[in-house]
Amino acid sequence: MEDSSKKSRRTFLNKGVKATLLTALGSLGLAKVASKINANSSGSLGDTIELMTTDGTLIQIDSTEVETIPEPTKTIEYDVREGMPNRKFVMVVDLAKCKNALKCQQSCNKHHYITGENAWLKVYEMQETQDTAPYWMPSMCMHCDKPACVTVCPVDATFKRRDGLVLIDNDRCIGCRFCMAACPYSTRVFNWSEPKQEFTLNMDMINHHPSPEHGGMPSQIGTVDKCDFCPHQITKNELPHCVTACPNGVFYFGDKYEDTVTNGEETLRFSQLLKDKSGYRMLEGLGTEPNVYYLPPTDRLVEFEDGLEFYNEFQSVESPKK
Amino acid sequence: MAAIESLIKDLGPKKFDLRGKVWTVLLIAVVVAGIIAYIDQLIQGQKVTNMRDYALWGIYISNFVFFVATSFVGSVTVAILRLTNNSWRTPFVRIAEIIAVASIIMAGITIMIDMARPDRLINLFVHARLQSPITWDVIIIPTYIVISLLLLYFPLLPDFALLKKHFALSKPKLSKIYGRLSLNWSGSPVQKMLQSRGIQIICILIIPIGIILQTIDAWLFSTTYRVGWDSTNFAPYFISGAFVAGVSSLVAVIYVVRKVKKLENYITNFHFDKMGRFLALACFIYIYFNINEYLIPAFTSKKAEAVHLETLFRGDYAFPFWFVTIVGLLIPAVILLFKAGRKPKTMLVLSLLVVLGSWWKRYIIVTPTLLHPFYPIQGVPESWRTYFPSLHEWLITGATLAMALLIITFLVRHLPVIPIQRTADEQMQQDELKTTEP
Repeated sequence: MEDSSKKSRRTFLNKGVKATLLTALGSLGLAKVASKINANSSGSLGDTIELMTTDGTLIQIDSTEVETIPEPTKTIEYDVREGMPNRKFVMVVDLAKCKNALKCQQSCNKHHYITGENAWLKVYEMQETQDTAPYWMPSMCMHCDKPACVTVCPVDATFKRRDGLVLIDNDRCIGCRFCMAACPYSTRVFNWSEPKQEFTLNMDMINHHPSPEHGGMPSQIGTVDKCDFCPHQITKNELPHCVTACPNGVFYFGDKYEDTVTNGEETLRFSQLLKDKSGYRMLEGLGTEPNVYYLPPTDRLVEFEDGLEFYNEFQSVESPKK
Repeated sequence: MAAIESLIKDLGPKKFDLRGKVWTVLLIAVVVAGIIAYIDQLIQGQKVTNMRDYALWGIYISNFVFFVATSFVGSVTVAILRLTNNSWRTPFVRIAEIIAVASIIMAGITIMIDMARPDRLINLFVHARLQSPITWDVIIIPTYIVISLLLLYFPLLPDFALLKKHFALSKPKLSKIYGRLSLNWSGSPVQKMLQSRGIQIICILIIPIGIILQTIDAWLFSTTYRVGWDSTNFAPYFISGAFVAGVSSLVAVIYVVRKVKKLENYITNFHFDKMGRFLALACFIYIYFNINEYLIPAFTSKKAEAVHLETLFRGDYAFPFWFVTIVGLLIPAVILLFKAGRKPKTMLVLSLLVVLGSWWKRYIIVTPTLLHPFYPIQGVPESWRTYFPSLHEWLITGATLAMALLIITFLVRHLPVIPIQRTADEQMQQDELKTTEP
């Protein structure tokens, strides 16, 4: 009993700290607590706890007055084609930190059940000219604000959402591959044959409703796949698989409207990060307005050569174990 | 009347001889092989092709572009020559109309072969999005098919009526079919007026629609960012290329039909000479747009353009590029400038070279560009960096070409390849001129 109440207190405190991020539900909860305090200021005896209100003053209240608010998981209903309201997802990739560990790619391949021979997330060995330094560059779907792929799709199978995501409805795709021709980032992959995920990867599809929000779940023959920014993770309040898998904190994921991005360890101001480290976007001249930003590979802590150990020019997806 | 009977004997439908039968069986065999390959592609998926994520389009698309281009012959020869009152067109307009119909139908089928999910064809209509160039194609190709069919059909009406009469006793069943097709044509002044007005309208319609068709075909490529496609020159480049492909196929088909049906009295050296000039004009216009397309990017030599052009000029695609440019375009154009170069036999060789060049040209427009994306090609099997069609692709592509030839063969077999009534009218006019002049 004692134990569980402590736990609930901790959850509540946790919420209080998170209140700076201000989920609408959280602030409502606090207001409710405050009104209860006013009502029975001479309340029962027992443990009191200290809380900080939104304006920064500390207050003491009786622990019995504290209610637990359930985690706000997927409480907001939204149209899959419209996207999550009032969000705008961005990613920042810090090239200075990448040493081609490829954990991002392995995690992505695993969680999207990729059976083809072309990964959705690739780490390119880049070198602009012979005289400039080589570096590793992870690349995924740029979720452009002016996506060329969406413009050319004849059936609205690939679409752009208000929250920035470019997703694919694999039930609608006719397999014309025009989007692949249109994408300048070579990010789209095609299911040339039956993916057979259930057999080679033991994919469990029981109780799963296929959705554009989870690419590769399942993949369909004759349709296009690509990085989806993992909305199935976002709705669980978790970060995309590549972000959490990276041992070097290369990927920062976040919300442009909140102006914050996090790599799971540190949370930073998005705009400040880009300013401080001279962030840029790929093929800016084409006007595609990508939502993936890169930080230049300067002041690197690791040697480029260290990454060569894992580099395989001709393979990005490990063939499944037989 | 006797004159018309002899015309029907020369120009009307005739049973195949042995050569014709062997030819038809051969074509059917190729088509069947292609259908089997296509069914296998449906079952296994496009894994059976050699297309992959980088070479995401291949021979199907280039073959499609070739068919679309060839169908332009309906607009250029038939409509333009008619509207400009060039009477030397009479003996071969029907063949041109037949080629246009066969090619545009096969273009429509070929693009569907490239679709990986033909079972979802209906999505193109129920979920159509107007900003996609593919939707423009979905609109323009059926339109062009209909107009091409009308352009073939309308001028046929009097001939169908003649054939109905001709076969009334010998083949009553066939006569009935021709009778139905003739829509009760009696040759009355009202009917003649309606018919010529109808043809006039179709001829005026088919020119802009033909140009739009070629333009949209070019835009399929030039609406992307890809180096080698992202060119404002592309639409006129494709239109002039279609002019070349159409007229050269026409010359080749005319030669064969004339030989097989023994029409030397109707399609004379004079007509070949005219066609030769026409083809030369087409080739020189196309050469002009080729210069724009290749030499100007080579002049500024932006890095990506330079890499792309390098593979064409000196790299992996140097052989097809120079073959297409020199043997398939420059040399024929120059030879056609001389009178001796416009003799039927020479023209057959030249036109076949130009047709081959036109077909291969589309291949080197599609493939090399796809193999030079903006990002380096990494993390995929080495074989994905090159493209050469697989056996399935060759069989299926061969079948589409054979099917086009089969349609042409079928129509040439059952329709008067040269308008009978029109030829008779023209002969009468000439006779009248002769009798009144001296």
